[in-house]
Amino acid sequence: MTRTMTMDRPDERRRLDDMSQGLVGRPLDRPDGPLKVSGTATYAHEWNVPNAAYGVLVRAPFSNGRLRRIDSAATEALDGVVGVFTGEKFLRNPAQGGADEAPVQGTETVQYLGQPVALVVADTFEQARHGAQNLAMEWTAENGVFDPEAQAADAEEQEDETVDQGDLDGAMRAAAFTVDEVYRTPCHNSAAMEPHCSIAEWDGEDLLLRGSYQMLNYNVNELADSLGIDAARVRMLSPYVGGGFGSKLGIAPEAVAAALAAKQLQRPVVVALSRQQVFDMTMRRSETRQHIRLACDADGILTGLGHEGLVSNLPEEEFAEPITQSTHFLYGGANRKLGIDLVRLNRTCAGSVRAPGEAVGMPALENAMDELAEKLGMDPVELRKRNLPDKHPEEDIPFSSRKYTEAMDEGARRFGWSERNMKPGQLREGDWLIGHGMAGASRVNILSKAEARVTMGSDDDGVFATVETDMTDIGTGTYAILSQIAGEMLGLPMERVRTQLGDSEFPKGPGSGGSWGASSSGSAVYLACEEMRAEICQRLSCEEADLTLKDGDAIAGNRKTSLAELIGGGGQISAVGRIEPGKTMKESAQSSYGAYFCEVAVDRVTGETRVRRMTGVFGAGRILNEKTATSQCYGGMSWGIGMALTEELVHDLRDGHIVNRDLAEYHIPVNLDVPQLDVVLLDERDDWACPLQSKGIGELGLCGAAASVINAIYNATGVRVRDYPATLDKLLDGLPD
Amino acid sequence: MQTQLSINGESHELEADSRTTLLDALRNHLGLTGSKKGCDHGQCGACTVLINGRRINSCLTLACMHDGDDITTIEGIGSPGALSPLQDAFVRHDGYQCGYCTPGQICSATAMLQEVQAGWPSHVSTSLEDDVSLSNEEIGERMAGNLCRCAAYPNIVAAIREVAGAGEDA
Ligand code: FES
Ligand code: FES
Repeated sequence: MTRTMTMDRPDERRRLDDMSQGLVGRPLDRPDGPLKVSGTATYAHEWNVPNAAYGVLVRAPFSNGRLRRIDSAATEALDGVVGVFTGEKFLRNPAQGGADEAPVQGTETVQYLGQPVALVVADTFEQARHGAQNLAMEWTAENGVFDPEAQAADAEEQEDETVDQGDLDGAMRAAAFTVDEVYRTPCHNSAAMEPHCSIAEWDGEDLLLRGSYQMLNYNVNELADSLGIDAARVRMLSPYVGGGFGSKLGIAPEAVAAALAAKQLQRPVVVALSRQQVFDMTMRRSETRQHIRLACDADGILTGLGHEGLVSNLPEEEFAEPITQSTHFLYGGANRKLGIDLVRLNRTCAGSVRAPGEAVGMPALENAMDELAEKLGMDPVELRKRNLPDKHPEEDIPFSSRKYTEAMDEGARRFGWSERNMKPGQLREGDWLIGHGMAGASRVNILSKAEARVTMGSDDDGVFATVETDMTDIGTGTYAILSQIAGEMLGLPMERVRTQLGDSEFPKGPGSGGSWGASSSGSAVYLACEEMRAEICQRLSCEEADLTLKDGDAIAGNRKTSLAELIGGGGQISAVGRIEPGKTMKESAQSSYGAYFCEVAVDRVTGETRVRRMTGVFGAGRILNEKTATSQCYGGMSWGIGMALTEELVHDLRDGHIVNRDLAEYHIPVNLDVPQLDVVLLDERDDWACPLQSKGIGELGLCGAAASVINAIYNATGVRVRDYPATLDKLLDGLPD
Repeated sequence: MQTQLSINGESHELEADSRTTLLDALRNHLGLTGSKKGCDHGQCGACTVLINGRRINSCLTLACMHDGDDITTIEGIGSPGALSPLQDAFVRHDGYQCGYCTPGQICSATAMLQEVQAGWPSHVSTSLEDDVSLSNEEIGERMAGNLCRCAAYPNIVAAIREVAGAGEDA
């Protein structure tokens, strides 16, 4: 049995609201929790694979040029070393999210310092590491290009992103108030706590790869294509992923290297990246230069809006950080100019890092809105409210559900926004300058094609259900929410539903990326359950509208039948659900929204900034699990704090090497940097989004968060930082006496 | 070389390269994969274990230096059917997301609470001599060596507060 739904029109039935089990939305504990807290969840490196050899990757020590020779003889002679591998199948760049085919390959050409060029395999990790550290190479280096702004004249316009509507220059000249500023954000790294790792094991021509990946559906094809084999011969397992944040969307070099070595050695090979290699050879978020122009009349109504950016990537890569993604629809202004230029650099591949686009695009826009409010002498909340367009300002389509105003109002109320000091630099507590700032949040909503299978059977304890999909849980709560949806629809308590994920042999989902996982795979589970309910109705000769499923019983009319009985010993009811995106994605502008309110304290002497409190209010459609959704928002807001204050991946402009390629020097927030965050999730149903009425939430918490911190720093000190992050040196000169 | 490791009350004979870190001995040689490797450089805390009751980054110490030491890993703190109070609190408070830093957080918090009990001051303590009051700031500072990229920090603090019986932060 299969039930397919194409999202061609809003689903106003809101069937989940009619169900009786009471699981969806509730703040339930994750079923995978006990495994995680006891160290028994199996991450990629942790499978017991007998006789596995260890491989350590070797990086190119130069930025651009040709690798002429790898002299492996001395390394091969070392104790325990069983092989040195390199060649045209090695990945030069990691695959972009959703690539579905091999990325750029081959070790002969080197385009960035840190590119993987060889793998040393030995009996033990210590032997392999020693071999890798001593591998001799010969190369011919060429000049590289490392400085994005120096290359701006050669930038490639991303035509799909370009909007040129009306006359922005004219609007700027005629405006009562304008902002015309350039904002910069540095490169970032996902820095998931689990470094990438793969264990490759062959059985004849069949490859089993246990890896740490977000999107198995695509990863299988990327891996097979890289190896030049049939995808049907590849199986991937990824039941637990120690964080992804975009860095594990596409197949990465360790997987291909492990597979090549294991094939030749006829022995399983495990390859884990070191932390330094994670920085060197997995995706970076591009640095950005963003020129924002805002023009408004005396009442603060926008007449013009410009957002033009410069981002970078390697030659041959198509990805360009889509910084204007939410700018296209968030605010009005008839005269508009949006665009993204891409320069080619010899820096590590640029790709998706949590919330590509809005993570850095929204802060720049929201800083500019704060500057405009200041010039107008207007509450920044009010300025935003006045500029919400009735429909998409560039396309003639309506918005789906949009809780932006509600998020700002609720946040302002909880935070005590109206009590704030409005004159910068006027509020002090001893040596601390106190400031308050706000910013909006927006992240486009996407539905992707997904399939899932749900099976109901019975055992000694009664009826149970199993959910199967190749979808992953990267910390997002997939195990919890898919079980909740199935339990809700089938009338089963949480402990009677088992969700199995991360096996490429299960029905295919879109994986974890772009915040689409929960809605897409959740819809597939929902549809499978709808089909199963239809089957139950048939067996009970009742109408769907009259069927109640609760606690393992089916109630129809005044008849109660146990589902275990209905299924019968040894019997089962099973269905596959399939959701496909359709016309609602093009016929409406869909996004999740929110607002942040932040209080900072800046040390008057040292310029050190502490975030003291932060409220985030979010509207992301139906919330599937309040607990895991809140955690996602905590995560996003903390990333915003890191982006505002400390995170900066630094490239040496002389040779392009990453200067701070470890966790001691690339500063992600630590426990003490993050206060007890206040998160509120608004009650919302978005009928245009999917049959669950839910929207993405995994990235929303980040999309503008940093701007609230930076705006609060301005309020505290009178210093506008337009060059992220707001490190002490950028504040010191401007601090009030 | 041979080392005798006492882990979670059990004795293990380790035959390994002298360069083997305690973390790699646990994970690669003894099948105790609960301790995680996030950086291998003492920069993240994912590998935290207890040695003679004190927390240590097991990636920063060689296995052969711990002959005879009493080592406790996350596997020794509790198991899915028998979680320790901290492990249980982490589940209820959602003190994790991906779960990769979690064993380190829990080992670290277990020792940290003992340090507080023993009256050890921290960088943010207001006094070097008085009893430590377990404010959010104290917890944040004392747990600052355990990075969590998922940033479950607010929930980690809440879970630790509950187990410490610290009530609400002042
Ligand atoms: S792995 Fe030991 S501190 Fe990071
Ligand atoms: S739970 Fe993912 S790093 Fe802490």
